[in-house]
Amino acid sequence: MVQLLFVLLSLVALGSAVLVVTVNNMVHAALWLVVTLGAVAGIYLLLAAEFVAWVQVLIYVGAVVVLLLFALMLTRAPTGPQPRQERRHALPAAGVALLVAALLGTTVVAGFRDVRLDLDTAVVGSAKVTGRSVFSDWVLPFEVLSVLLLAALVGAIVLSRRSTLHDGDPDAGVGTQALGGPGDSGEGA
Amino acid sequence: MPLWWPLLTASLLFALGVYGVLVRRNAVLVLMGVELMLNAVNINMVAFDAHLRDVLHGGQTFALFIIVIAAAEVGLALAIVLMVFRTHGHIDVDALRELADRPERDDSPDLAERPASAEGHPAAGQPDRSGAAR
Repeated sequence: MVQLLFVLLSLVALGSAVLVVTVNNMVHAALWLVVTLGAVAGIYLLLAAEFVAWVQVLIYVGAVVVLLLFALMLTRAPTGPQPRQERRHALPAAGVALLVAALLGTTVVAGFRDVRLDLDTAVVGSAKVTGRSVFSDWVLPFEVLSVLLLAALVGAIVLSRRSTLHDGDPDAGVGTQALGGPGDSGEGA
Repeated sequence: MPLWWPLLTASLLFALGVYGVLVRRNAVLVLMGVELMLNAVNINMVAFDAHLRDVLHGGQTFALFIIVIAAAEVGLALAIVLMVFRTHGHIDVDALRELADRPERDDSPDLAERPASAEGHPAAGQPDRSGAAR
């Protein structure tokens, strides 16, 4: 039963991942990414990582995809279907991806062919177990990571702020001038 | 369940992410490929955590850490993408060639083939707007 469920979830994840990287409509690609991430969350649940699965649903499906959709919206991505632009790179990229898949796939299959994953006796990583582990053994990486997250978000705020607040900057109007640029180009596209 | 099932799934997902990063030209779609690769790594982490019976739960904890790093990365990348869009009018990663290594300043072949590589993006061929970017 677990094996059947795992195979189904893997097929869903891989199939929707193929659609993420090939579909022409950008918004549809973002929505297929939701399907992929949800299937991966199901795989986490099957692999006895309960808390990671819920964090995946909350942060990836909830926050990251919404951020990506906001990025598509703010950059005025065309929502309709559009002509394929990436035909020029498709063949070498597919070659590299096939090589990566062949290398990694043969390595893991050859290395772990006879190993069985016993999930019946595995400790389920519930919120209690994972929380105790994070806040006792891994508390220093956790704190460092919180500082990293703070630095990244402060950097994001600084980057996305309009540059009109520069004191005495001669090209202080660059921000507003360049802001008018995307408008006329967006109508042309 | 054999251990190589989740590992093979993760490998194929990683390869699909590599394909997405290489083939896409929109910067946001490139980021989606990066997300696929990070998820493949997380599947590996969780699978080995379950297999090795780690008493410290290092695999699941590092999967959580990778998710947090991915969130930070996407937030920062969104700011950079919006900055690029504000200054260039497009987010085509192939057309962003200001830092390209050109042999000569005057008769650069890159400048000649620039409109061809940036077709479909009217603002890409105007270097004065990109010159305003810092």
